[in-house]
Amino acid sequence: MSDRMMTAQASTGHAIHIGAMDRAAAAEATTPTRTTLAVRNLNLYYGSMQALKNIDLEIPHNRITAFIGPSGCGKSTLLRCFNRMNDLVDICRIEGEILLDGKNIMDRDVNVAQLRRRVGMVFQKPNPFPKSIYENVAYGLRIVGIDNKAVLDETVEKALRRAALWDEVKDRLQISGMSLSGGQQQRLVIARAIALEPEVLLLDEPCSALDPIATAKVEELISELKDKYTIVIVTHNMQQAARVSDFTAYMYLGEMLEFGATDQVFIKPKKKHTEDYITGRFG
Amino acid sequence: MAGGEHFFRQYDIELESMRSNILRMGGLAESQLKTALDAFETANIELADSVIAADRRVNDLQIELDRMVNHVIARRQPTASDLRLIMGIAKTITDLERVGDEASKIARAAKWLKDKSSNFRMNRIPDLHQTGEIAARMLHRALDAFARLDGLAAASIIRDDAGIDDRFRAMLRQLITYMMEDPRSISSAIDTVWVAKAIERVGDHAKNIAEHVIFIAHGTDVRHASPEEVERAVSQG
Repeated sequence: MSDRMMTAQASTGHAIHIGAMDRAAAAEATTPTRTTLAVRNLNLYYGSMQALKNIDLEIPHNRITAFIGPSGCGKSTLLRCFNRMNDLVDICRIEGEILLDGKNIMDRDVNVAQLRRRVGMVFQKPNPFPKSIYENVAYGLRIVGIDNKAVLDETVEKALRRAALWDEVKDRLQISGMSLSGGQQQRLVIARAIALEPEVLLLDEPCSALDPIATAKVEELISELKDKYTIVIVTHNMQQAARVSDFTAYMYLGEMLEFGATDQVFIKPKKKHTEDYITGRFG
Repeated sequence: MAGGEHFFRQYDIELESMRSNILRMGGLAESQLKTALDAFETANIELADSVIAADRRVNDLQIELDRMVNHVIARRQPTASDLRLIMGIAKTITDLERVGDEASKIARAAKWLKDKSSNFRMNRIPDLHQTGEIAARMLHRALDAFARLDGLAAASIIRDDAGIDDRFRAMLRQLITYMMEDPRSISSAIDTVWVAKAIERVGDHAKNIAEHVIFIAHGTDVRHASPEEVERAVSQG
């Protein structure tokens, strides 16, 4: 066999192998895994105004689920239910169940601080503490009683590496977290959240304050993190939902109108309302 | 398919312009094919030359439509029915351009006929003429289905392609018989085989366009499916 033929065969074989891997990865990403968070008949009221209506949803384990929908549709409200952030709103009343690994997190006996350790959250605007980079990541660990320096050092490095920030900050861990760029601050906040090894990571518009390059870095990070965490992201940016998520939920006026694999929702949505929204049409 | 208008009116204008350009391209390719079949049947060099010249216009539209596809993907990031329409248009462009090429092949064969002795001209084989008409009708129906994004109409075209394939095989047998009976007919018979093959390919392209229409209208990829599976997919919506 000539060199050229062998090269051609090798390159063809490689292409077939890669293609098969891509298909396998795509199929695996949208194959339902076990459910991490199950929402059962959830209704939420702010005073007399009903913000969430009969939500039923199963969020798959170690996958990225995106909530999309127009402003005021309830996607952030639903996200905040998952670590009981709505407890902080006096006029908020919730009915229904949210099961985290089978346990209803709405039960009275749930320790909310422990719940928030299992369900980390990152907000729209990066909110590092006015402390050093190191202390930002170590903060949550100290709160839960870890103060051994060697353990802290190791955990901080691991979290910063996982948040794809270590190489950029390893020589200046003692400078203020506030001095980092917006994109770096957001990755620092993600490092702070994952230092506590949560099961679920909630991201509320995590890139809306970032430029395209910083956004790309955070999106890349989100994709890498799904091996270890169940991620739920709220985004106004539909292209972002299409880029990063495995599953997409479309919400409108407090209702979940459609939930499905992201490819299905963006190529062949089942509901006309979803179609109109994602194609940018008047409903 | 979503019916409403986009928030960006310009987006609607762009999509509409692409749809009308593809129908224009289809109309040109269809007329090129019909003229080529006439030129072959009558061995008319002028008609054949006009078909070859028209291919330039089809090619120009292909380039223009490709540019528009790139523009819409880059600027609008189409999704759902818009994405399916753009993908369908991108593939239909290629099919129509190839219909133009097949018509040119038939036209060139018409010109070669002039050099043959009239005793061995094969241009009046009745099956060839009928099959050409059937292929032209299939193309016309495929373009109609595209204009209306009518999946049911598209499904019926896919079923009809098998008929053209059968006719092509029958013509091939007929032409082989001629060649065996009289070797002096071999040259003309081979030219005619090329024409028959070109007609058969037009049927394939019409079928491809019908498959793109079903993908656009129903979001179902029916390539390589049997006609029964296609009809089931379309009737399920």
